[in-house]
Amino acid sequence: MSKSNSFRDVAVVSVASHQTKTLSEVNEVQLMADLISKCRKSAGVTQEEIGFTCSGSSDFLAGQAFSFVHTLDSVGAFPPISESHVEMDGAFALYEAWVKLQIGEVDTALVYSYGKPSAGSVIDVLATQLDPYYVSPLWPDCFSLAALQARLLLDKGLITLEKMAEISMRSQKNGFNNPNAVRSSKDVSLENLMNEPAIVDPLRASDIAEIADGGCAVILAAGDKAKSFCERPAWIKGIDHRVDSHTLGVRDLTRSPSAFLAAEKAGRNADRLDLAEIHGMTSTQELILEKEFDLSEETLVNLSGGCLASDTMMASGLIRISEVASRIISGQVDRGLAHATSGPCLQQNLVCILEGE
Amino acid sequence: MSELEKPLRAELTVEYPFTRTTGKVIGAFMTGLREKRLFGIKRSDGSVLVPPLEYDPVSSEPLTEMVEVSQSGVVETWTWIDPPRPQSPWDDPHALALIRLDGTDTSMLHAVLVGSRSEMRTGMRVTAQWKEERVGHIADLEGFIQETEEVHS
Repeated sequence: MSKSNSFRDVAVVSVASHQTKTLSEVNEVQLMADLISKCRKSAGVTQEEIGFTCSGSSDFLAGQAFSFVHTLDSVGAFPPISESHVEMDGAFALYEAWVKLQIGEVDTALVYSYGKPSAGSVIDVLATQLDPYYVSPLWPDCFSLAALQARLLLDKGLITLEKMAEISMRSQKNGFNNPNAVRSSKDVSLENLMNEPAIVDPLRASDIAEIADGGCAVILAAGDKAKSFCERPAWIKGIDHRVDSHTLGVRDLTRSPSAFLAAEKAGRNADRLDLAEIHGMTSTQELILEKEFDLSEETLVNLSGGCLASDTMMASGLIRISEVASRIISGQVDRGLAHATSGPCLQQNLVCILEGE
Repeated sequence: MSELEKPLRAELTVEYPFTRTTGKVIGAFMTGLREKRLFGIKRSDGSVLVPPLEYDPVSSEPLTEMVEVSQSGVVETWTWIDPPRPQSPWDDPHALALIRLDGTDTSMLHAVLVGSRSEMRTGMRVTAQWKEERVGHIADLEGFIQETEEVHS
């Protein structure tokens, strides 16, 4: 929904994130305790001052029902807090918090999400989100489904293997400056990427997300509160999420209409974009999204390296928002687009437009 | 390390301990599989959706008109699965493909059973291969095999 005068000004005022290949001897509670306290400290707030707390995580990934309840220990839930949880990426938890702030009963919100895929098999966990009668029993993994999408793009001449390698190269080079990047390289060459064998035909290892453990915490605040917490808040100018059909066979997988619509509704076109942080599990999905968002040459894409550098189920989307917000807060950029996805082959998409003053 | 110092370990099986009925549409498709028949469902514009859904995935209209569809079709896109996931119905490497059955308007996900990746190409014609023992499950359909004249006749 794009911001008009009827919406309350809400901004990201503080962020903290961490990603690594494997979090050994650190559980989700310990990870999030560290990130949440960093995030609150940099905004100078205590939990008592936070009006609403919302988290995103996956019981399927944790292998335990109501697993998020444990992680509330990292927030500190006494005195009692107003709290909610989504079994979705943290970007969708941020949407819920944004709505809560719009209602006007609270002025601040803490949003966080995390995932520890090293403890299990994330590709099997993601197979369970598919149609339970027709698709899930065949156990297609998420990268195989993305490969079906990639071949359609190649067959229709909408992408080339070289263009895919360019996207992977961009990720690895950008990732070099990101301490959270698990896969990065300062001097990766296009030739080396092109020579990699396909591991999920036609996708090469460098074309698919680098699965990582990690988490992200974000503090939102409304109006003057935001200004008191942060010198240059990253104002949410528009936020919207849309869904395409769950049934793969009815969709044109070379496109993501819901991503396009979410970006339109979030007000992508209102001004130039300095930066876009997009959430795709493959180089080919990044390309589909770049086209749906109609990004110009001037827009820098995935300065963090994106999910090809580090992908944490349930946190990757919130991390995209955090990456754009932190660069606005630091003054590096003025206006950016952050995107989060969920479901198979870019089925559900959220777009958040952030802007500094 | 004494017994007390050993970390606690417990086996955990994630399960979904409920039974569900499949309903009139999905149930009819599953019953069809048991009889080696494939069914789709008509949408309001006359196009045919396979596998069938109770509601139109775009317009959300309820759908009721089941139609039997062809067992042969065309590979729209594919990837190669090697090795197969241990939980999957397949033991051998195979293609995973979106297949558009003749006379239908959407594609369905299933395996194409060929010996090697080099035998796969987009646009190839395939036909259903059934298991001997069928129970009303998507894996009653063993997969699709390359269409030959013998199979076609």
